[in-house]
Amino acid sequence: MTRFLVGRLLLLVVGLLVASIIVFATLRVLPGDVAQVVAGTQSTPAQVEQLRQQLGLDRPVVVQYLDWIGGVLRGDLGRSLVTNGAVGPEIAQKLAVTLPLAGMSLVAALLLGVPLGVLAAVLRRRTGGAAIGFVAQAVAAVPVVWAGMLLIALFAVTLHWLPTQGFPLDGWDDPARAFSSLVLPALTIGAVEGAVILRFTRSATLAVLDADHVRTAAAIGLTRTRALVRHGLPSVALTVLAVLGVQIAGLLVGAVVVEQLFSLPGVGRMLVTDVGRRDVTKVQSELLVLTGLVLLVGFAVDVVHRALDPRQREVGE
Amino acid sequence: MIRRLLTRPTGCFAVIVLGLLVVLAAVSLVWTPQDPFRTDPFRQWAAPSPAHWFGTDASGRDIASYLLAGTRTTVLVAVGSGVVASLVGMVLTAIGSLTTRWVREGTAVLLDILVAFPTLLTAMLLTAVFGGSLGIVVVSVGLSFGVTIARVARGEIRRIARSDYVVAARASGVGPLGVLTRHLVPNAAPLFTVQLSLAMATAVLAEAGLSYLGYGAGSDTASWGNLLADLQTYIGVHPWSATWPGAAIALVVAALSLLGDAVRDATDPRLTTGDRAATGDRAATGDRTATGDRTATGDRTATGDRATTADPGAGGDPAADADPAADADPAADRRGPGGTATTPGVTA
Repeated sequence: MTRFLVGRLLLLVVGLLVASIIVFATLRVLPGDVAQVVAGTQSTPAQVEQLRQQLGLDRPVVVQYLDWIGGVLRGDLGRSLVTNGAVGPEIAQKLAVTLPLAGMSLVAALLLGVPLGVLAAVLRRRTGGAAIGFVAQAVAAVPVVWAGMLLIALFAVTLHWLPTQGFPLDGWDDPARAFSSLVLPALTIGAVEGAVILRFTRSATLAVLDADHVRTAAAIGLTRTRALVRHGLPSVALTVLAVLGVQIAGLLVGAVVVEQLFSLPGVGRMLVTDVGRRDVTKVQSELLVLTGLVLLVGFAVDVVHRALDPRQREVGE
Repeated sequence: MIRRLLTRPTGCFAVIVLGLLVVLAAVSLVWTPQDPFRTDPFRQWAAPSPAHWFGTDASGRDIASYLLAGTRTTVLVAVGSGVVASLVGMVLTAIGSLTTRWVREGTAVLLDILVAFPTLLTAMLLTAVFGGSLGIVVVSVGLSFGVTIARVARGEIRRIARSDYVVAARASGVGPLGVLTRHLVPNAAPLFTVQLSLAMATAVLAEAGLSYLGYGAGSDTASWGNLLADLQTYIGVHPWSATWPGAAIALVVAALSLLGDAVRDATDPRLTTGDRAATGDRAATGDRTATGDRTATGDRTATGDRATTADPGAGGDPAADADPAADADPAADRRGPGGTATTPGVTA
């Protein structure tokens, strides 16, 4: 386990490093001059030159990269090229929306996907099972934007149960209001990602239903339900966990579109805005934070999976 | 193979929908019921009628004509992403299996890392540099899936290269080129096709997502994503208006991912019909060879670790190869990278 941890941790660090290099290098091949973009079209060459020095853009690219990464390691994510605001605190503030949204989406996806997936497998030869499978296939194909629009149309416009868009200006000061404005966005992501989880759960359960040990458990006197719950579902849970590593990344990224659709002040929406403004320093830090989260989640899921799955233990562990 | 594909209802559905899409795209080149871009201030939000099959939108555009013109964009993006993904996948696979050991191992680690990059973030990164366009969609989806293809192919090719029939072919005097063309390519082809159809499904979704964000097709291009984005603005007044583009996208994406599943079912000799086929239970024969192969190269613990870290957690893209059956099957002692994904990548 220790060797695994060390190796996996190494992969995480190398992953973060590669991510930062790719992001930085790609943004530095920006056609056109960053300083020119910031200074605007009305600026004189002298002003552009002064700005370039001021922003440190005249230094070698490697120095600029090390400067950025050094700052990131000290918790300083740089300053916006457009507004000159500090990027770190802003991202932290936006994460207060994005992370709860991702968490709620995850809960929604699991609550929808896992029970229905098991049900679809158990009812495999009945109409119900086929119907669940069909609906999951359809929902997994729906673009997130449209899924969100349908939920808004149903729950906000027609039924008036939940707010359509937006997030309270005072943030989480009024937890109930903040929570209710995240319900529909979370359901949107949760439905689409839940459909994917459902399909993995279903196929894992189907495989387990025919497994020798579950059949034996039924043969020695357990009911089929108890045999499945006691001896089958643990391995299904491991499959779901393994899929989660990928799906949680999907939740975080899904937030980019959903935050835009529901006008939520999260990191995803911030990224979309800054990409539009070509605010390079902000974009690079936002992308690093988002990919960092994705890589961290992958790491955490791998470690938990490894710890829980007896099939992956080394001999004598 | 085509016949076996069509005997399955899902395969049949997929082929019909995709065939229809291509035919409609071809038709739209020469004819649409109305001019898809002609606005008419006196005909806003018209109900469906013989003149406007699906009604009109906020500026009085004929939705049916616009959708029809949009099929071209959908086909272009899907096919383009497929082509880029195949090229990238083939080059990376070649580097990962034909070069020296150090390059191979380096490529393997790099692929494990790159596969975690979400498609949409790649697209946003490229958009920040080059500005939004359909090309960005094609390139970012193509790159993401090229990496996924290479990673899935790595395990599969190792497995095939070690299989008895390749050993037998080699022993009977078939050269490297013969093994490549007669055994490796035909046997890896189904896996490749599955990933390709997933790439194309993701591309259609990504176009919708990025066009919605304002970074996809330009406003002078008819695209389903653009229409969805336009109609979204009127969600408070005409909440159900987006049904047509939304359903069109969902239909094509479902058809593409079903095509992938159907191709896999129709070509995988390890599968039989019935429930086992439905579960995608192909892990029992899975990639122990791939793992064992690593073991032969040296350190056992490190080998096992790689095989486990390589799999689902490292994949940031939902369509990465987290193979459900590989885990669920008690016979498979280790998860290998050889599984095929059964789900479309819902990234956008």
